[in-house]
Amino acid sequence: MPDPQRPEPPDPRSDNQRLSPLHQLHVDAGASFTDFAGWQMPVRYSSDLAEHHAVRTSVGLFDLSHMAEIIVTGPDAARALDYALAGKISDIAISQVKYSLLLTPDGGILDDVVVYRTHKNRYGVVANASNRFAVAGALAARAAEFDVTVFDESDGLALLAVQGPDSLAVVENLEGLEPVKPLRELGYYWSTMGTYHGNEIMVGRTGYTGEDGFELYVRVEHGERLWRELMAAGAAYGIVPAGLASRDTLRLEAGMPLYGHELGTDILPAQAGLSRVVNLKKDGDFVGREATEAGPPEDARVLVGLVSEGKRAGRAGYGVYSADDREIGVITSGALSPTLGHPIAMAYVDSLALSEPGGIFIDVRGTRVAASVVPLPFYKRPTTRTQTTEKGTEQ
Amino acid sequence: MTDLAALKYTAEHEWVLVEGDTATIGITAYAAGKLGDVVFVELPSVGDAITEGTVIGEIESTKSVGELFAPVNGTISETNDAVVDSPELVNSDPFGAGWMVKVTFTELPAMLSAAEYDALVGE
Repeated sequence: MPDPQRPEPPDPRSDNQRLSPLHQLHVDAGASFTDFAGWQMPVRYSSDLAEHHAVRTSVGLFDLSHMAEIIVTGPDAARALDYALAGKISDIAISQVKYSLLLTPDGGILDDVVVYRTHKNRYGVVANASNRFAVAGALAARAAEFDVTVFDESDGLALLAVQGPDSLAVVENLEGLEPVKPLRELGYYWSTMGTYHGNEIMVGRTGYTGEDGFELYVRVEHGERLWRELMAAGAAYGIVPAGLASRDTLRLEAGMPLYGHELGTDILPAQAGLSRVVNLKKDGDFVGREATEAGPPEDARVLVGLVSEGKRAGRAGYGVYSADDREIGVITSGALSPTLGHPIAMAYVDSLALSEPGGIFIDVRGTRVAASVVPLPFYKRPTTRTQTTEKGTEQ
Repeated sequence: MTDLAALKYTAEHEWVLVEGDTATIGITAYAAGKLGDVVFVELPSVGDAITEGTVIGEIESTKSVGELFAPVNGTISETNDAVVDSPELVNSDPFGAGWMVKVTFTELPAMLSAAEYDALVGE
């Protein structure tokens, strides 16, 4: 993360109908907006399908400035995060990035976060916008016994994501960017500090689309220029601005969970297929350890991928039924997959019901549609040698 | 080119073109824009009797599901197979090639004028 001028305390009053620092650019680009966690963010610019396909086949640009960034810095930063988060953060190298979970004492999921180790004793924790204050508050409380400073940098930073197979070419083509480490040498889930027209920037080879991609963090006053120059750098590759609608279908195809859908305080990591993100072997206590060790009850619902035929997609909230018409689960996210052409969904289903004969069915507004359980992700990008996946990040 | 001023509109964001005893029905550009890219359209069958205010079809986008309401009482005389095969017509030409059904109606209820509909959606 770029160095802050000074820590800014969170202001809950400002968290209502907030506008991105790039808002005017989106208006000028003809975006439609949606309310997302108190923010007015672009849901699409022209066509959410076209934006989705652009990210799968070439490159798209997202404004994610609503995301929360919490900085943890100080001599005990690694130990504090080992206690506060489910993963062993002290294991990651400088510049490495790790997907992790913030658990409740009961083992539920308060949020999923991406942790960037930007310096020896400095980490940036990126959280969902809807959980900004919950995450900032929990990290501060959990760090209280450690020699660290925790502060909320969310208001000071703009975050842009360049996603798609041509993303490396676009970011390498960006005027004014001087990364410390050449971008093509960054592995997936690694990052580098750098300068952008002389100002601090942090670039991660990270994303939430299932494609290769980069996320760029700058101070808000440089956000508009970064957007314009990324659009210019990507023009030769057909870059398009992409909204939250396409981001949602992209992450769903990639089998990536979304807080409020697949993740919540009533969900244990094992249910969400995220046991590997919780490191029970690390030394010392951490919040949620005891409950995670006990594990969910045997009959707890588990997250599965469902596919069906035709065009009618099961959507969040739709019931999942057994052949003998018992409700055995509920869909948490679903759509007609733009890439695959058939309906896909993630659902929490009674684990014991999965082995029953007769199959399972989705109730699509009164019609039962036969569905099959498939391993996640639904879509996996063609891998190249530069795209090693960070274990625990992609399913 | 469809003359938008000549159409009638409903609060459910549908347009109705009246020609003799036939009403051609579609959804407005405003509705199509709100839905996003339409990926699936389900329409009633020719010969179905429909009742004003009831759901007669579904229009799904990647993000949401919209319902097609009957704006009139009558009988379905024709459905647009092209829009079922190519749902993107709803977005590209909502007032033209993206029409949904034709109805032989018995009586026309009060509907909105173009000016009244524009006022409703704030445009």
